[in-house]
Amino acid sequence: MTSAAVEFERLTVTRGGREVLHQVAGSFAAGRVTGLFGPSGSGKSTLIRAIAGVQASVQGTLRVLGEQPGSMKVRRALGYMTQAPSVYEDLTVAENVRYFAAIRGGELGAVLERVQLVDQSDQLVRNLSGGQRARVSLAAALVANPRLLLLDEPTVGLDPLLRRELWGLFGRLAAEGGALLVSSHVLDEARHCDEVILLREGTIVAQLSPAELAARTGTDDLDEAFIRLIEQT
Amino acid sequence: MSLRRTLTTAERVLLQLRHDPRTIALMLLVPCVLETLLRLIYADHLVAFNLAGAPLLAFFPLTTVFLVTSIALLRERVSGTLERLLTSPLGRLELLAGYAISFGLLAAVQAVLVSALTLGPLGLKVRGPVPLVVLLAACVGLLGVGLGLLASAFARTEFQVVQFFPLVIMPQLLLCGLLVARQRMPAGLHAVSDALPLSYAVDGMHHLSRQVGTVAALWADIVIVLAFAAGALMLGAVTLRRRTE
Repeated sequence: MTSAAVEFERLTVTRGGREVLHQVAGSFAAGRVTGLFGPSGSGKSTLIRAIAGVQASVQGTLRVLGEQPGSMKVRRALGYMTQAPSVYEDLTVAENVRYFAAIRGGELGAVLERVQLVDQSDQLVRNLSGGQRARVSLAAALVANPRLLLLDEPTVGLDPLLRRELWGLFGRLAAEGGALLVSSHVLDEARHCDEVILLREGTIVAQLSPAELAARTGTDDLDEAFIRLIEQT
Repeated sequence: MSLRRTLTTAERVLLQLRHDPRTIALMLLVPCVLETLLRLIYADHLVAFNLAGAPLLAFFPLTTVFLVTSIALLRERVSGTLERLLTSPLGRLELLAGYAISFGLLAAVQAVLVSALTLGPLGLKVRGPVPLVVLLAACVGLLGVGLGLLASAFARTEFQVVQFFPLVIMPQLLLCGLLVARQRMPAGLHAVSDALPLSYAVDGMHHLSRQVGTVAALWADIVIVLAFAAGALMLGAVTLRRRTE
């Protein structure tokens, strides 16, 4: 395994007086797609926000590309997609993505092809469907080739064909050397990942490959495998 | 601080406005309508029109820019775009400078239009140099950016943020010397008036319209307005925290 792009140890995060992540430890490397799975409320977004450097009240050790989260070096290399589409409703698709490219010193490039929004490029985001807005938000994270991608539920609400194509895209970006952490609450999507981190109630239950998960639980059904895993631990 | 990222941001803010022509029309036309109304009210009292018309030239950019900035930045905070920007190389000061440039420009365009109408067809008398009217109005626009940014930090919704308008702007209008000359106010109120930025913008307009004092006094007012604007922007920058709950 190559050296870790992101590593964390004894990571505890408190939000609104409540402890959301309890002393979690883990890491993920460049060149592979790491999935972050768990039910809603398990702490996925909080872990991603901590790595992105926008989460307050973080205790423990957290190194991102060998630096403190939020440092200028990390911000130059990071593409971050929040769970709710965070783009400008009163700009067109192309204007949005071009702006996020420009502040990272990049160009629009072929990113709209990658998220299949070429036909909508001159439409105002305000007039798009929820799934299309989510893809604009994804494009704004992917543009200008960031080395580290933190994608919070990028496939939620999309049609199955497009979901499969996006997972294929994530695989290609990893093959090009990117480090990807992709969260989802649809456990079935774990099979697209090289490795999965399973979160439950603010604790990491396991970090392993889908094949290891099947071997350890004796089933190919991913929902069933997660249930058995939780019962084992 | 990167000039390129700052200008890119200013361009983006202006692009957002361009997709909303109705807002642009309202921002540019409403002050013209109000100055015309004032002229009609004072049809037989040109002296009174001169006294009230000039200070209003300084007041309009404050209201317009305060409202658009407070709502635009509230949207950045609520929609998550601010969080995304803070994970990018864009610095907080670059973001604020982008807003200051675009909305300052807007204030200047508004000032050119309203001054052209007021000093031309409506017949307001100004004795000082006219370009300084526009410069002062643009500086008040920057003040509007700073105060709007601060207001956006204390609001969670658009309903809340517009309620800061009567709180932040109306007392300044009452105490700026438009209704009662500042020198004739009770000492306590005069002191409060001294602490409010609009007072200096209106003093500046009085210097221009009545040629009270000198051009040097006008420049002093412009510098004071700019200092308030810088102070509000700096305070506002502190409210743009990268790490939030």
